[in-house]
Amino acid sequence: MKSLILHTATRLMIGVLVLFSLFLFFRGHDEPGGGFIGGLVGAGAFTLYAIAFGTEASRKVLRVHPITLIAIGLLSLVVSGLIPMFVAEPFLTGKWLFIEWGAFDTKLSTPLLFDIGVYLCVVGFIVTVIFSLEEE
Amino acid sequence: MNGMLVLPVAIPLITATLALLFRKSSVLQRWFGILGMAALLGSVMILFRDVYTDGIQVLQLGTWAAPFGITLVADMLTMLMLGISAIMGVVIGIYSLYDIDKERERFGYYPLLHILIMGVNGSFLTGDIFNLYVWFEVMLIASFILLALGNSKNQLQGALKYVFINLFSSLIFLFGVAMLYGMTGTLNMADLAVRLPMVENTGLVTTTAMLFMVSFGIKAAVFPLFFWLPASYHTPPVAISAIFGGLLTKVGVYALIRVFTLLFTQDSTHNEYLHTILLWVGGFTMVIGVLGAASHMEFRKILSFHIVSQIGYMIMGLAFNTAMGIMGAIFYVLHNILAKSNLFLISGIAQRLLGTFELKKMGGLYKHYPFLAVLFLISAFALAGFPPLSGFWAKLSLVKAGLSIEQYVITGVAILVGLLTLFSMTKIWLSAFWGTVPEETPEHFGKIPLFGAGKLYILMIPVMIIAGLIIAVGLYAQPLLELCMTAAEQLLDPSVYIEAVLGPQ
Repeated sequence: MKSLILHTATRLMIGVLVLFSLFLFFRGHDEPGGGFIGGLVGAGAFTLYAIAFGTEASRKVLRVHPITLIAIGLLSLVVSGLIPMFVAEPFLTGKWLFIEWGAFDTKLSTPLLFDIGVYLCVVGFIVTVIFSLEEE
Repeated sequence: MNGMLVLPVAIPLITATLALLFRKSSVLQRWFGILGMAALLGSVMILFRDVYTDGIQVLQLGTWAAPFGITLVADMLTMLMLGISAIMGVVIGIYSLYDIDKERERFGYYPLLHILIMGVNGSFLTGDIFNLYVWFEVMLIASFILLALGNSKNQLQGALKYVFINLFSSLIFLFGVAMLYGMTGTLNMADLAVRLPMVENTGLVTTTAMLFMVSFGIKAAVFPLFFWLPASYHTPPVAISAIFGGLLTKVGVYALIRVFTLLFTQDSTHNEYLHTILLWVGGFTMVIGVLGAASHMEFRKILSFHIVSQIGYMIMGLAFNTAMGIMGAIFYVLHNILAKSNLFLISGIAQRLLGTFELKKMGGLYKHYPFLAVLFLISAFALAGFPPLSGFWAKLSLVKAGLSIEQYVITGVAILVGLLTLFSMTKIWLSAFWGTVPEETPEHFGKIPLFGAGKLYILMIPVMIIAGLIIAVGLYAQPLLELCMTAAEQLLDPSVYIEAVLGPQ
């Protein structure tokens, strides 16, 4: 679509959208947000870009093939489930790792990895659908 | 707690993911396919040993205790079903190497096949009724795409019928689940089994039981809800028809067996007609299915109608509601998956040789490919119930179960349907194997060998493996019959299952 307003707005918006989707994603564990909603907003960014500049350009910006995103997403889902099994606990049990840096502490966990998987799957899936429909 | 219990679900998922990741390389996908199925079979064997020696195994996912989290439960019935599903996975994996074209591979055949197996295994393992619904959906989505891959007109026609009727069945299933939750406030099957008999409104329990009967009945293709099956199962490539025809409908049968032995029993429904209805349904399914088969002249259509007819036997065994009857039903499921899928696989080889599935245009297979004819005979006779093949023991135990509780009419019908089954198998034999070689046969007919150039042996290996299993089960039936008996006894005494899941009461 050739529209100066859309082009300019999209260039400004895409960064904000991706950042916002990451913000929603990381907020997810204790407050509203998470992998699914974050993924939707992230997919929205690439969809907007595809509408403004065409799917080819959007694929280039995404760099990775959307189906590869789904595959990596699924893989991190499984891995996050399998990790507790190495310490003889049932599949999908949440495991936490607290790292104290002094200034800001980090919480790493298998639920986080699981959520990353959800995020990637949602982005990959939505983008695949939108691109296929756009290219029809 | 047995952490291994998740493997029959996790292994296909990992395999599917890897196949998706390396979707460009057809060689890697094929290797992942075979190795994944082999690993699945291995994990099922290890689990089988645990269940055999230590009884029912339970895993609370995410360490959320039952009845709040999702529970995986493996009793003997689950293990037998998982075993047959893994065996089918391996043989279909091999058969697909030759049968599935590049185009389908490119559109994700292998990932979908593994997701399908994951859905099937999940349905067998889960101990949570809503989770069962989720696995059904996983299975349905994968099977819909597998059915429609290739985009030919009759495929889409079949796939549409398939998906609409199955979505409808899922909807009814969901209504049933909602009613169960409304009555008892729990979804864990063991917990439901404890609480359902305490529900005062037994009419509502019976209604819910009927919802489940209709929903699983559609999935299992019982009379009068079977019409979608013969309309769709003959359209996709043979490897896919074989796994659909062999495995998928039996998941419906499994769900019926599970629900009507654990949840909806005389204790909870106080309704003496429940099993009578099942008995009628079983009888009609047998007869209508076999009559449908007798009226058709297309190889795979005949086989599809036979799936329906054979489902009737399993429902009949369940309806007897005795240890012997349920044992017969379980044994029948196992035997039928083997015999039925083998017939589908053989139909595929015949089609490759003769270029058609139409019996009228087939002929001369016995003259040029006697070994294939022998393999067909083994599977067809097993299906019809000839001694000493697997089908004989399956039918014998069902007939014995029927006679011992004096259900003479239905037992007579079962025997008669066996004869009619033989009739349609003879029809295939007469035209495809004995008939004269038709005029418009492809050039290569009679010239390419089954083993050697042309790589037909890739298709022959799975057929030979299954035929070997049919003979082995037939000649050495005792161990398997005993395992089925253990499974039936576990099913008829739900207290063991409940105690395994919820702990000592």
